[in-house]
Amino acid sequence: MASEASIREAYGRTLVELGKENEDIVVLDADLSKSTMTQFFAAEFPERFFDCGIAEQNMMGIAAGLAASGKTVFASTFAVFASGRCFDQVRMSIAQPGQNVKIVATHGGISVGEDGFSHHSIEDLALFCSFPSFTVIVPADAIETSKAVRTAAATYGPFYIRLSRPKAPIVYDDKYRFVLGKAVMMRGGHDVTIIATGLMVARALEATDKLAREGMECRVLNMSTLKPIDEEAIIKAAEETGAILTVEEHLQHGGLGSRVAQVVAKRHPVPMSFLAVKDFYSSSGKPEELLEKHGLTVEGIQEEVRSLIPRKPRV
Amino acid sequence: MPSSKQNPHRKSAAPLASAPSVSAGATSSRESAIAKPLSLEDMEKKAKKLRRHIIEMTAKAGSGHPGGSLSATEIVTALYFNHLRHNPRNPGWPDRDRFVLSKGHAAPLLYSALAEAGYFPVEELLTLRQLDSRMQGHTDMTVTPGVEMSAGALGQGLSFGIGIALAARLDGRDYRVHVLLGDGECDEGQVWEAAMAAAHFKLENIVAIVDRNRQQIDGWTYEVMETEPLVEKWRSFGWHTIEVDGHDLAQLLAALDKAKRIKGKPTAVIARTTKGKGVSFMENNLKFHGQAPTPDEAERALKELE
Repeated sequence: MASEASIREAYGRTLVELGKENEDIVVLDADLSKSTMTQFFAAEFPERFFDCGIAEQNMMGIAAGLAASGKTVFASTFAVFASGRCFDQVRMSIAQPGQNVKIVATHGGISVGEDGFSHHSIEDLALFCSFPSFTVIVPADAIETSKAVRTAAATYGPFYIRLSRPKAPIVYDDKYRFVLGKAVMMRGGHDVTIIATGLMVARALEATDKLAREGMECRVLNMSTLKPIDEEAIIKAAEETGAILTVEEHLQHGGLGSRVAQVVAKRHPVPMSFLAVKDFYSSSGKPEELLEKHGLTVEGIQEEVRSLIPRKPRV
Repeated sequence: MPSSKQNPHRKSAAPLASAPSVSAGATSSRESAIAKPLSLEDMEKKAKKLRRHIIEMTAKAGSGHPGGSLSATEIVTALYFNHLRHNPRNPGWPDRDRFVLSKGHAAPLLYSALAEAGYFPVEELLTLRQLDSRMQGHTDMTVTPGVEMSAGALGQGLSFGIGIALAARLDGRDYRVHVLLGDGECDEGQVWEAAMAAAHFKLENIVAIVDRNRQQIDGWTYEVMETEPLVEKWRSFGWHTIEVDGHDLAQLLAALDKAKRIKGKPTAVIARTTKGKGVSFMENNLKFHGQAPTPDEAERALKELE
């Protein structure tokens, strides 16, 4: 097992660095700063940190007003609140005007665990990808999180960055260069392509290593930018490997799978499979138990690949 | 890093070449372009002019919200033609006082004031609600010079205003922020989230003005959703409150000046108004909340506003 690091802590530490470099960075939170890790920024720059209380709708409006006045604003809360609770506020005040607000939400997906369905964020990517102006990123590990947050700070416009609650296996080293809108080929096989985001990237890599022992060579793409999606990498994968499996910690509709399928259907149709959160609300449970229930495991990925390969058209 | 970054979505960032000069004697210096305050008498004339625009625009468009535009006409007149520090030739001036129209359906009123102030040609008003017009049905900050916020989904302007007011504090700027809300709009929970926050942050540079016209789409506010005690609500949320006759320009200006002197807390001006004010058959007539006058009604209305 690779070493692990906290994605959330990487976010919090990066915010402090950014705060030192740029005095126009302002950070907002909605009474969750200890969980989202904006607490580090709050401690370092109390005058540029505003806790908005348990009032996410108001927080998004304040973020927009600050951004309209020249600030680069980071607003953090849990993914389920950032997306569902204040969809209209984000739409009106941030998305339509294209404000320079970075919504960085933690506790994405079902790996939130024991808090239960009220805190499981399984629709957030569909909601944020539905905004015309938003850039949407789901980093795979702590290193990519730090680089993605830096890129967001340096790029004008609205961003949604979805982070996970549990620690994540490290898949990159410090030399990794994050490029917005570009998928990263993590493995270079030709039998099938696995496209994954977030915590699922490390699992895809482990599944690929195991499948190699069975003689199957998978290509693995980390699609950390969901919007705008890297169409070229998808088309190339379709052309060169002839089958695509998407793996994500989100409902099948509206997230990574849907977005990849649109490109594949339009540009180069090939058989596809979708490993995603199943279409129901889950119960409380340990993160690993929940992921297992939805088949979002190394074994689950292997199984999908094995059943996908025979569907490839014979050449 | 520069404090005002370019927003590619904001098409109106650059001053318009077609914007008319503010006053006959305007020179090229920025100072002289700052809008001069009008006398009470001239403001009254201006208010009547705005009302005529509102009637003409909505009648031409065949839709729109004349009632809530007419009720807030004096409020907006007092702001744009006397109280606000603003420069129609430089809508993005960082030190301008801000006016945030939270009740976005009163867009015809705001457009009329902006046009009369010189932000864009008055003739453009008659393109209200047309495809690709800068006079959108509800305000769109990306297309209309002088419009600070995209609005139309109610309850959101005060939060936006708080963000602008906090930025003033961070940047050491002395501009003030004014947010106009409808009384029906105060049904929205977000208004009270924002009310709590503005007081918590001790924002003495923000003023909420409530257009208390007592009507919302489905009826009188006391029938649809009781708003009272409205003044006490704002006070209990930590605001300094001032009640005025919302059609009395002198009272409005006195309240706005008083708000400048209130320290350590935000000020709410509760302006008692009449929906459809200025046109006898539109006053307190619910029909005209969200319905334009017919050509015949417009003609009668304009006669009353001569």
